[in-house]
Amino acid sequence: MRVLRGIFIALILILLYAPMIVMLVFSFNSGTGTAVFEGFSLRWYKELFLYGGDMLGALRNTLILALLSSIVSTVLGTVAAVGISKMKKQWTKSTIMSITNIPMMNPEVVTGISMMLMFVFIGRILNLINSVNFITILIAHITFGLPYVILNVLPRLSSTDKHLTEAAMDLGCTSVEAFFKAVLPSITPGIIVGFIMAFTMSLDDFVISYFTNGTYQTLPLLIYSMTRKPMKPDVYALESIMFIIILVLMILLNIIQSDDKKKGRKAS
Amino acid sequence: MNKNKSGQVVLNAPYLLWSVLFIIVPLIFVVYYAFTTADGQFTFENITTFFTSRDYMYVFCMSMLYALIATVICLLLSYPFAYCMSKTSASVQGMLMLLVMLPMLMNLVVRTYSWRQILERTGILNTFLESLGLPAVTFLGSAGTVIFGMVYNYLPFMILPIYSSISKVDKSLLEASSDLGCNVFGTIKRVILPLSIPGVLSGITMVFVPCVSTFYISRIFSEGRIVMIGDIIEEKFYRSGAPDYNIGATISLVLMLIIVISLAVVNNFSDNDEENSSGGIVI
Repeated sequence: MRVLRGIFIALILILLYAPMIVMLVFSFNSGTGTAVFEGFSLRWYKELFLYGGDMLGALRNTLILALLSSIVSTVLGTVAAVGISKMKKQWTKSTIMSITNIPMMNPEVVTGISMMLMFVFIGRILNLINSVNFITILIAHITFGLPYVILNVLPRLSSTDKHLTEAAMDLGCTSVEAFFKAVLPSITPGIIVGFIMAFTMSLDDFVISYFTNGTYQTLPLLIYSMTRKPMKPDVYALESIMFIIILVLMILLNIIQSDDKKKGRKAS
Repeated sequence: MNKNKSGQVVLNAPYLLWSVLFIIVPLIFVVYYAFTTADGQFTFENITTFFTSRDYMYVFCMSMLYALIATVICLLLSYPFAYCMSKTSASVQGMLMLLVMLPMLMNLVVRTYSWRQILERTGILNTFLESLGLPAVTFLGSAGTVIFGMVYNYLPFMILPIYSSISKVDKSLLEASSDLGCNVFGTIKRVILPLSIPGVLSGITMVFVPCVSTFYISRIFSEGRIVMIGDIIEEKFYRSGAPDYNIGATISLVLMLIIVISLAVVNNFSDNDEENSSGGIVI
């Protein structure tokens, strides 16, 4: 029984990782194609860093966008979560939560085109030449990052002792000080997890960016435009590097979460 | 008290404003475009065009069918997987969770392209088949491959919520059930399955929604032969020479309504177990 379970788990994992393995292997291909493996070489990595200017530019764009949007999402989302947790009326709370869930539940195509329609409409009124541009893709990324932050911070807030703020204020803190000194440290793990999630979602987003980017080229969009022609393995080289970055981020996230669990166990 | 209230406003106003401006208002624009002509006149014509066109209805029904098949296959693979996962030791569970999440975070476009390379006529899989003396198979272009692509892409979205609800099942219940004479399958059927329904429902919505609205996977895996509803929406906005925002918005609106209805149906099942059902949403 145990062996069978192991085999089943392994089979599913092979299915999930098959394309990643192909990508990693072919990034070291010495040949030009992505069909036959001709031998090991670092040629494509070299080529990527020497001549892959447009790809590295797109990577830079993607990172700037992901960083900016996830920072704004994190700040806005954390403030929102604190506000939501203090709401007393049940119906206002549930209304806000339903709105928060819209970007997660709506199909990405619809989210993308709904924003594009609005931006194009506004652009037409204001007579702009580029009604979709860096600002619009940034707005879109912030918007779909927000729920990840809010839904990760809220549970932390509700498990934080309500008397903590009161105690801090009794000891002479203002309510703002009380928040920064007493509440913030206990919700920080949730904020970090939310931030990392928003960041990786932005890094990888294709569909929503596709409708809101204008001329701002991100990596997924550039690769999409490249797949119409036969691809060269330098794309695989870049994606392999990204794979490693995301792997490290995820392991970090795992460590934060398990550390936090341990602390929680000690406290209780 | 008064100060408290103004503090509340300061906390809530930015997000409220943001979500109204960039979530609600764009959706209103979808409705607006769906009910107007190209020069802004009110009309029902887009809606009637959509529902009376055989082509649109065919694509719409096929998309629903493909998404449904893909969801069922995902469920059939994910449930046993999540169950097996929950039976491993705690540290292995953590690692498996990470391994399941990781592919989701990789670029969809590259993953899909890389599958193409495996499935191509001269690709890795066919080379392997031929080396075994088997005939080569044309994978790309068939409906089966498109469904496979959806299953592959959205499998983690099914595994994670099911796993999270199975792992929450109280261990003492399992012991009680075996003490009362249930074998492994009896325990699964009578204890684990009923208690993991919220995870299953959450998984179903999280797979069905992106499957029915996908536009990239179907094009790459069928080489443009199979058109899904998402492809048509995209085409209305980008690909054709003359973009038609109004009919594109109409199709989006219908798609959105279908999804709202299916979500409402699913939520109806899981409402009484709020804690568990919310567990699946954040991955």
